[in-house]
Amino acid sequence: MKREAVNLRVLKRHRVSFARGARDGVPIGLGYFAVAFSLGIAARNAGLNAAQGFFISFFGMASAGEYAALTVIAANASYVEMALVTLIANARYLLMSFALSQRFDPAAPLRHRLLVGYCVTDELFGIAIAQPAPLDPWHSYGSYAVAIPCWATGTAVGVIAGNLLPGRAVSALSVALFGMFLAVVVPPAKKDKVIRFFVPLSFAASFAASRLLPALSGGTRTILLTLLLSGLAAALFPVPDDESQPKEGRNHEA
Amino acid sequence: MRHNIWLYIAVMAVVCYAIRVLPLTLLRRRIQNRFLRSFLYYVPYVTLSVMTFPSIIEATRSPVAGGAALGLGVLLAWMGAGLFPVAVSCCAIVFALEWFLAAA
Repeated sequence: MKREAVNLRVLKRHRVSFARGARDGVPIGLGYFAVAFSLGIAARNAGLNAAQGFFISFFGMASAGEYAALTVIAANASYVEMALVTLIANARYLLMSFALSQRFDPAAPLRHRLLVGYCVTDELFGIAIAQPAPLDPWHSYGSYAVAIPCWATGTAVGVIAGNLLPGRAVSALSVALFGMFLAVVVPPAKKDKVIRFFVPLSFAASFAASRLLPALSGGTRTILLTLLLSGLAAALFPVPDDESQPKEGRNHEA
Repeated sequence: MRHNIWLYIAVMAVVCYAIRVLPLTLLRRRIQNRFLRSFLYYVPYVTLSVMTFPSIIEATRSPVAGGAALGLGVLLAWMGAGLFPVAVSCCAIVFALEWFLAAA
């Protein structure tokens, strides 16, 4: 009887955490839906159908990473290139997961680590790390339960409705993704001189590479320039110890 | 030969999941190598920038509209606007400009 009471109390606490997480996930989910719609247009252009759009988002949970993956599909590049592009475009999640691993209760069971890790995105990472430590997996599950369906269905709807919209509307919506990238890149560039220098440098290098080496696919260009420019930045301007972990409460994308 | 889209998605899914879960499960210590840490710190900004330009001016019907979206997006983000407002404003300026250009 006593054990049952304890179980009930734990269950109730988990339910409260889950509900709080779901509430925190609503604004994120709305933003996701809109951006996923624009990703869906890109997916349609790459030749994906609605189901494929749904699942690339369900499993990808990353706007930049999925967009990069779509350029690989559009180019009909190799599966190895897909793996490499995915690795590079999502490398920042590696960093976030490192940061998140420090927040976990050391005794947290493996299943929580496996599930929480599934959806480390900029925003969901942001609200997870804004919670007091140790990390409460149920809060994360609540936010995931809202955000993931919004992201995946938004992409599928984009694939379908992208067809129905007039060309001018599609043209306008297709920049939503890039707008979001800018919203991720610019605020840290304001604070960090090195980033402020390397953002325009990356624009210029990417433009130059697209004109001078048109044979290079978009995905390969992204990999090569990322390795080159990030390597250059790291060699010339190594970051001090406390800055290499993703900061809290930063403005981020999926 | 056309590659299979489902296989592409599967490859992406496996890599995405590994990236996110391996640090949480296997590596619980911090990376000690300073170059590697710095490299990982810069990677997201460089990747996103490389992917944004020149693609943003190629995604729209008129490159001018894409360029205007780039300028407005940078400006608004610099002034502290969030993800969603920046994305919507970029769409709005492209829509308005292309309307105007089509009418002109």
